[in-house]
Formats: sequence, structure tokens, C-alpha cells
Amino acid sequence: MAAAPLVYGPLPPADLLLRDVDVLDPRAEIDGRHDVRVRAGQVTELGAPGTISYEPGEELLEGRGNRLLPAFFDPHVHLRTPGQEHKEDLETGTRAAAAGGYGAVLAMPNTDPVLDSAPLLRSLRDAAAREARVAVGFLPAITRSLVGEQLTEMAELRAEGAVGFTDDGQPVQSAGMLRKALQYQRLCGGVIALHEEDKTLSRGGSMHEGAVSAALGLGGIPTLSESTMLARDAALAGYEDARVHFQHLSCAASVQAVADAKASGWKVSAEVTPHHLLLTEEDVRGMDTRMKMHPPLATDADRQALIAGLRDGTIDCVATDHAPHARDEKEVPFEQAPMGTTGLETAFAALFTHLVLTGALELALLVERMTAGARLFDLPTPRIAQGEPANLTLVDLDAEWVAGERGWESRSENCCFAGRPLRGRVLLTLAAGGVAYRERALSVVAA
Amino acid sequence: MNHLLSIEDLDRAGIERIVEQAARFSEVSDREIKKVPALRGRMVLNLFYESSTRTRSSFELAAKRLSADVVNFAASGSSVEKGESLKDTVLTLSAHKPDAIVIRTPWAGAAALVSRWCSAAIVNAGDGKHEHPTQALLDVYTLRGRLGGIDGASIWIVGDVAHSRVARSNIIAFQRMGAKVTVAGPPTLIPRGIESLGCDVRFTLDELDSADVVYALRMQRERMSEMWVPSLREYAAWYQINGRRLSPRQVLMHPGPVNRGVELSGEVVDSPQAVITAQVEAGVVVRMAVLYELLTGARAPSPGSGATAEAGAATVGERQLA
Repeated sequence: MAAAPLVYGPLPPADLLLRDVDVLDPRAEIDGRHDVRVRAGQVTELGAPGTISYEPGEELLEGRGNRLLPAFFDPHVHLRTPGQEHKEDLETGTRAAAAGGYGAVLAMPNTDPVLDSAPLLRSLRDAAAREARVAVGFLPAITRSLVGEQLTEMAELRAEGAVGFTDDGQPVQSAGMLRKALQYQRLCGGVIALHEEDKTLSRGGSMHEGAVSAALGLGGIPTLSESTMLARDAALAGYEDARVHFQHLSCAASVQAVADAKASGWKVSAEVTPHHLLLTEEDVRGMDTRMKMHPPLATDADRQALIAGLRDGTIDCVATDHAPHARDEKEVPFEQAPMGTTGLETAFAALFTHLVLTGALELALLVERMTAGARLFDLPTPRIAQGEPANLTLVDLDAEWVAGERGWESRSENCCFAGRPLRGRVLLTLAAGGVAYRERALSVVAA
Repeated sequence: MNHLLSIEDLDRAGIERIVEQAARFSEVSDREIKKVPALRGRMVLNLFYESSTRTRSSFELAAKRLSADVVNFAASGSSVEKGESLKDTVLTLSAHKPDAIVIRTPWAGAAALVSRWCSAAIVNAGDGKHEHPTQALLDVYTLRGRLGGIDGASIWIVGDVAHSRVARSNIIAFQRMGAKVTVAGPPTLIPRGIESLGCDVRFTLDELDSADVVYALRMQRERMSEMWVPSLREYAAWYQINGRRLSPRQVLMHPGPVNRGVELSGEVVDSPQAVITAQVEAGVVVRMAVLYELLTGARAPSPGSGATAEAGAATVGERQLA
């Protein structure tokens, strides 16, 4: 009997009544004001405003025009445990997720030691059950120690609860090696998530190759380091009839390669990060190390192609690639700094501010793309419906705030959106029936 | 001007001001006692994370001729080898309250970073492959001395542009002074996008004749092991500036140190067209002018940290999506 893929933390089940909230769940086809009752962590009643009466013992929240959304799902975060707890741990990372409106996240295996064995997976899952505030799934490595030479014991890992597999950060370079993993997937299942990067093209680079890298004297990474590898791996997946997911797309050529793969009927899906949707190589000009990440920020044309791809469904979902690093690790010259930006706490507000409010994306579509990751990994999609576990996010779409002004729930502060004015703030997150996050100012009418 | 981090910090008038000040200081170098008291009691700290003979000694001489106190700090043999970060080293040395820090590192943007951590005036003496602004100033000074002016001159920068901070600063400075700049070299060593700085790009020296000034860059041996070019022999065959390629009316420049027989043939180094030693001489007076301007000019209060985050905030905030 295989272990359940998602681990739930120790939060007690909530009892609460949300009175007259503006509910939006594109999948449940709900868009309008409702009373919502959560009992013992489940949505038990959903009715017209004013029709559900308060019962003693439950917490009462007035809607005040706030929107209730299904909690978001992030298929790509780095929780840094074990081994790098000075950057993040299961508690702080999932706290950041909850503060960003996420009900579940998938953690990457590039830890120290690498998550590549069943005993380590078991101990991590035990730790998550004690410490996590939102549901956590783990993607162990495709190859041992992420060196691309030997497969991990994928079947045993699956039995122990592996959601899928990835060599994120140290992508599989050898086509033959990846092909074996794709073949082995027939035995054990589990989506194989791929960070696409041809290291022979990216080596020595610390930002996108182009006018800005030439002006700054920084080594450049051409976007085809990603797109050629993606096309190769899509063809491999097509040949082996395997299920692969492409991580953090960064350029127009990759969007095209995913569209081609889907048109061929291959079983591929793709994600994109808020920073690739909103920032470009121009944001690297100041050599702010928070703007240094893999894959690097590319051109505005690439950014527009990513937005178009997310809108038309070529790109299936939004993922943050939340990559915390300690202050002293990022407070160094650009070329020496590690790659990565945090993203969980700003993803929704950044995308709402810069894509929804500007008219590039409808709110309902953004909500769909921020929750679609679950289905891609064969996990239940959060829905707002009677009988469903309460995976809910209450947001105030009028709230204005500055990213980072009140600090971060994450242990790290290397957020590429820090200091930027944003609209839309998460007030409350329920993850798997428990209250995972509550904005300090959120007032309770009765308790 | 609070710091000299990039040649971009200076407009044409600023470059001219420094070059003219350097010309006034050149008279000091010819005196029997080569010293003026302009910076008496000021402290200049040389912080070098890369080996450098001419730049460091040139800054040291410049500071001493202005009567400043000089402290040299080399990364090798210091706490840096014990793992001290750049920030901690700078904070530690700042405790001695230097008035100026001259810094060279192998990392782009390091001088700008240091300027946020301390109140001293920062002079970028080379940050990775990014910039070397005082080299650009001394090259402008040298060329003006030789040609009278640079306006309208055609300047070719030849060689390993990709790894050259000198190339980047000089492309900007020469253009700001009215010259037309062409970069030429093997396609593997011309970075994609360099034309966005306003220069032309050539992969052969076929049209070198059109240049008034030929500026050869140093070809480093380690570029061979990294396979940027097949061999030094092939490089020299295609890109060496020699008696055959250099015409008598052209001026030859090089930032030093020269690899004779690689980027330059011996006969052109020794020819009267070469102004390579004049460049070295100019180094001292130009750096005197830079230190003088930074340490005696009107200086604003020290900048606070986090300025870039705020500046960056505007770009996304103002961006409108189609």
C-alpha cells in the first residue's frame, strides 16, 4: 500500500462561518456573494448571503467585500530541509506558503543530503507532519545525488509517497539517462519534472545573454540553453509515451516548443513563475542579486510570450520556484551570488497587480492557473463546494501594501519584488481544513 | 561626484574637467620635488583583490604626489584567505576611516556594492569584466595629448572584447568624447549585444585602414585552455597588430601588460606610433585628478543603503502591459 502523496501538518480542524463573502471558484462555477460554513475542516454549507445563521462555538468572519478563492497550489518550492535550514525549513517555508494563500506545495530535492532515498523521504514526511502549516508533497531526485549517473530507487520512493521526480537545479544532461527514467516511469508512475538547461551553453553565465549582459560584462546564458533541451526532452517523452512537466519556462522559444509537443499529442505540461511573467533583463541592470535566478530573466518579448502562453493554456500553471537564500549569501557581488528568489508571499499580489489590474489576465483565469498544478501531479484540486475539505484563501483585492514592509514569514528575504507597491493581500488561508494563516488585522466578530 | 564607479557617471563635461585637471597636475610630475599638499591628512586605501602592478602603483603614486596617506591592502595573505566576506573586509577597513577606497575585484558591480557599505569615496579600479573607468580617462587624456582632440576620430578596439573591462569603459568614454568606435576580434570573443553600446562590430581587420587609432587588448593565455580560440598562433595570424597591418598615420594604444608576439608584434610596440608608455605616465596624473576631484569637491552626505531596491521598484510599478 503506497503512502498518500501529500503530508498534512498538525493544524486543528477549523469551525467557522464566513458571512457574505464574494466567492470565486472557476472550476465550481461560483462567482458571487455567499455565506460559507466550515465545520471540522470541511465546507459543510454554501448558501445565499444571510441564509446561514451563526452557531455558538464557531468563529464568525464578515465578508466586507473580500474575495474567497480556492487555496493556491505551488508545484515548485525549495524548503531547504534537510541541511540548509539557515535559509528555510519546513515550518518557515510552509508559513510563507500560507501567507501567500497556498494550501499545498511540492518541495524540491536539492537539499543536503539530496532527497534521493526512501528512508530520507520517510523522515522528511514525518517532520512535515509535525511542522508544516500547509500540505507538502515531495519530489525526490531522478538520479542519485543529482549527478545524472544512476537512477534513484524510484519504485520504492513512490511507495513511500514520492509525488514525482526531479533533478531541479542540476538537470539531467544525458539524453540516455533521462530516457531510462522515462522508461522506468511505466513501472512506478510519478510525474517527472524537468528543469531544462544545457550546461554546455549556460556555463559561466550569470544572466540572460544580450544587450544588458554585454553592457555589464557579465557572462550570458542564451535562452536556447533552455529551449533546445526542452525540445529534446519533449521528443524523448513523446517517444517513451512518458509524462513530463517542464519547470519555470523563461522564453518564447520554450513556449513554442511546449506548444509543438502538445500539438504532437505528447503528455507534457509546463509552469511559469511570477518573476518571469513580470520582470526582464532590464531589471538586472542594477546588479541586485535578488534578480539573479535560474533560468535568468530574459527580454520583454519573452515575457510577453510567457503571458500569452499562460493565457492560452500552453503553460498550465503558475509556480513560484520559491528559492530562499540567507542574507549574507546574497549580499555579495552579482557573479558570486547563488541563484534564486523567494516568491510564495508575493506571487498572488504581484500577478494580480501587474496582470489582472492591467487587463492582461482575468482574475478567474489567474485563480485557475494558480491552482492547476495539483491536477498536473495527480493530486486533488482545491474546490469550494459542499463536502470538500476547506482549502480556502480570503483576499482583500483593494489592500495596498509594499512587499516586505512588514518583514517576511520566510526565513529569507531575497524576494525580487521587495520594495514594490502591490495590490491584493491574503487575509486568511485554510489548508486542508485548518487555519494556516491569518493576517494580524483580520477581525473576528465572534468566537 | 561622490564616487567613480563607472565611466557612465561622467558626461562629456565631466571627462573634460578631469582631463584638464590632469594636465595641470602633469606639471607636478616634472618638478624636482614631485609633490603638492592638496590632500595632506587624507587617507587613500588601495583594496586589491586581483594582482595588479601598474594600476595599483599608479594610484599609490597619485595619492602620494597629492600628499595623502596611502594604505595598501592586498587580498592574498590577508583575512580574505581566511574566508572573510567582501562586506566584512570593507567594514573592517572602514573603521580606519579612509577618505577614499580604490578597489579592484574580479566581480562586476563590486565597487558599486562597496559604495553602499561605507562612507568613503569609492574609485572603481576594475570590477570583473565590467568597467575600468580610470583607464578610460587616462586613454582619453593620452589621445588628446597626441591628436589634440578625439571628435570624429575612428577608434578600433581589437581583441578579446568579451573579457575586457577596458573595452567596455573605453567604448563609452571614446563615444562620449565624439569618436566613432569599432570593436574587432574573433566572433567567440565579441559578446552578443555589444553593439547596443553604440559601436560597430567587425570580425576581421580588413578595414583596419580606416582607423585613426588602433587600441589592442591583451590576449590572455588562459583563453586558450577555455577554447575561445583554437591557438595563439591562429589568433596572431588573424588579429595581431604588426608592421604590415598598422599604417604610419595610425596611433597605437594598449592597456598593458603587452604580450609581444601575440596581440602586438615587437616592432610596433617599439615604434613611435605606440603611445603605450605615455598611457602609463598619464595614469598617474589622471588618477591624481580623480582623487583630487573626489576628495576636495563638494560631496553630498553618504548615500544610504537600499537605493537600488527603490530605484528598481519604479520600473515594474510604471510598466504597463499591452
